[in-house]
Amino acid sequence: MPTTHSKKFVSADPNKCVGCAVCEYTCSMMKEKTYNPTKSRIRAVRLNPFANLAVTCRLCEDPPCVAACPRDALTQSEETGIILVDEDACNGCGWCIEACDYGAIMLHPETKVVYICDLCQEEGKPQCIEWCPEEALDLVTSDLLAQKARRTVVKKLFQESLKSTSG
Amino acid sequence: MSYTGRILHVDLTSGKTAIKPLNMKLAKEYIGGIGLGIRLLIDHSKPGTDPFDPSNPLILATGPLSGTMAPSAGNSYAVVSKSPATEGVAESKAHGFFGAELKRAGFDAVIITGKSEKLVYMWIDDDSVQLLNADHLQGKSPQETEEIIKEELGDYYVRVMSIGEAGEKLSRVACILNDEFRAIGRTGMGAVMGSKNLKAVAARGTKDVNVANLDEFKEFIRMIHERMKGPKTRKYRTLGTPENVLVMNALAALPTRNFTQATFDGAEKVSGEYLNERYIKKIIGCATCGMRCDHIAYVPEGPYKGTTTRVEFECLWALGPNCGVDQLDAVIEAINQCNYYGLDGISTGVIVSFAMDCFENGILTKKETDGIDLHFGNPEALIETVKRIGSRKGWLGNILAEGTKRAAEKIGKGAVKYANHIKGLELPGYDLRGLKTAALGFAVSFRGACHLRSGAYSPDIKGSVDRYKLEKGRGKIVMDLEDQYNVIDSLILCKFSRGVYYDGLEDMARYYTLATGIKMSAEELQQAGERINNIARLFNIREGKGTRKNDTLPPKIMTVPIPDKGAAKGSCVNQEEFDIGLDDYYEIRGWTKNGVPTAKKLDELGLKTFAGIVTNKAGKPKKGAK
Repeated sequence: MPTTHSKKFVSADPNKCVGCAVCEYTCSMMKEKTYNPTKSRIRAVRLNPFANLAVTCRLCEDPPCVAACPRDALTQSEETGIILVDEDACNGCGWCIEACDYGAIMLHPETKVVYICDLCQEEGKPQCIEWCPEEALDLVTSDLLAQKARRTVVKKLFQESLKSTSG
Repeated sequence: MSYTGRILHVDLTSGKTAIKPLNMKLAKEYIGGIGLGIRLLIDHSKPGTDPFDPSNPLILATGPLSGTMAPSAGNSYAVVSKSPATEGVAESKAHGFFGAELKRAGFDAVIITGKSEKLVYMWIDDDSVQLLNADHLQGKSPQETEEIIKEELGDYYVRVMSIGEAGEKLSRVACILNDEFRAIGRTGMGAVMGSKNLKAVAARGTKDVNVANLDEFKEFIRMIHERMKGPKTRKYRTLGTPENVLVMNALAALPTRNFTQATFDGAEKVSGEYLNERYIKKIIGCATCGMRCDHIAYVPEGPYKGTTTRVEFECLWALGPNCGVDQLDAVIEAINQCNYYGLDGISTGVIVSFAMDCFENGILTKKETDGIDLHFGNPEALIETVKRIGSRKGWLGNILAEGTKRAAEKIGKGAVKYANHIKGLELPGYDLRGLKTAALGFAVSFRGACHLRSGAYSPDIKGSVDRYKLEKGRGKIVMDLEDQYNVIDSLILCKFSRGVYYDGLEDMARYYTLATGIKMSAEELQQAGERINNIARLFNIREGKGTRKNDTLPPKIMTVPIPDKGAAKGSCVNQEEFDIGLDDYYEIRGWTKNGVPTAKKLDELGLKTFAGIVTNKAGKPKKGAK
């Protein structure tokens, strides 16, 4: 099983995401062969013009959705970390939806079972990343996010000296 | 098939609703958006109906690409009605998120008639349509209304279009706003909504929108996405349309102080460069679009600290240079107030500049303005006047809320000399005195003064014609552009994306066919554009607003030469060249000298059933026409 540090998931950069929802349309197009954001595994959130972020499954360590399912319909793949849904076992009760802190689990309007980002296993790579016009989406590990955060904060600290070295 | 095939009819008087099929023959002939909307308008209205009469239909029309992933078109809708500003065709389009939601609820169009007894909002939840009490929303801004409705319906993905106080109070320049900053801006549609006691329409759609050929459609939009990263959209993605300020200023085509000068001494301070450096905090985008153009300004300090609004060229020009105001934070606040009250920012700016011009020329005094010093360039006076227009406050606010044309008539004392409108719609930011192809295009536009009915400023600015004169040949340029723009507005493509269709109508026809499965050629699309222009003209003729006497230019454009130094100095449009332009345009359109479509033309376009509208007028020029 991959460790926390090597498990990759789709994450949006809040500085780049503009809330255009291209990711939602891409997901429903690739997965459902239709255009319908209510059938997308990733959802764009716009709180105000400055606060935009697309949110999807983060492949948690010890995922609360798996623990919450009373019918053991959800399991986490040992190989990739994605949450697998046993569509026969799922009865759409929604406890997993409630358990997810990210709102990353959706109930399918027609099949009435839940569906979750699977990193586009069939396509080989997440298609929302391929289509995002802002290049705001990326396949990352939490360790990489931490590295990026560290670099940002250090850059801030050394703002002045970086300026002088770049001339 | 990306049409839903359904039209929702709502009668606000009785509260009854009905879902009727879309006539697919009309769908192909009029495409969707404004084309389909105008056809539905002429079919569902009686001649001479007052725009505020309950029977005047307010039509929301999505396009064949709405709800799909088509960049810039997937998110759009149009509103069509009879305009309280022009008493002719009213149409306007907006992007954002609302249009896609309406489509997913399952409608190609919604035809709203009647008048509710009390203020209500319409809640379209897929097939369920309800009218809900809106007492608590009275006087609220569109932004507040949107937030309250989402909260009370318990779904943050509900999309809302709504009016502000200006619409409720029937200001003829009231707009409709959706998704915070996107406006059905022009021709006073907010007032028509207000006249029906309809505060908002909220929509939630959960249905699939399917295209006929998904694989090829996917490839096509992939290509459009790529092109959108290229040079054709550079302006919109970088400085945004405010880039125009310095460009137009350099050309002496930036109308300043109510079209008194054509260059602005304070241009640098209200330029796109200045704006982006100091105020633009983020550039965001509409649903499905890969371009992103929404420049969101935030005022970090000073008296307007905290003001946040979308800024684009037209409103910036109307409330800035056009009012002689070079204080950009005040202009941003004035735009913000337009959004708050739900006012068309272009028209509002031109009304304020008109009032300022009247004040400068002694037609209005501090007695009429309640002590406001309405000199050009006074930022506080600008903002206060916008608020008064939005709320109809005071004698002047109440009169100005009627729009420039009616305000000038009421004020009298020669105020009409300073009224910059065509057919009752205020001029946008192009100085027609030195952009004469645009002057012709604006004069013949079916919705009144508008840069987006033909984009006829383009050949002038690019220099492909001599912009200081009108001559034979301009009629065809205007017609071709109009027909193409009619197609764009019926597919409801965002005009900012028009450059990415490298093969023009060929690309658009392919787009249409991939989505709808209906065969369409570039020629057929061109003809649809022509048909739409003719049906709009027929509506205007039917309402007594569509002949030569209505195709005019404001007095300032025809009598006050550009005073600024440089190549443009001395330029204005004279009657002789204007008549040459009109004659040329009518002839190429297959219209009479009086600007009326001939029976032959109507037959050619499949509009024979409307021949009755023209039989009394064809070939009989009114007195004074050539």
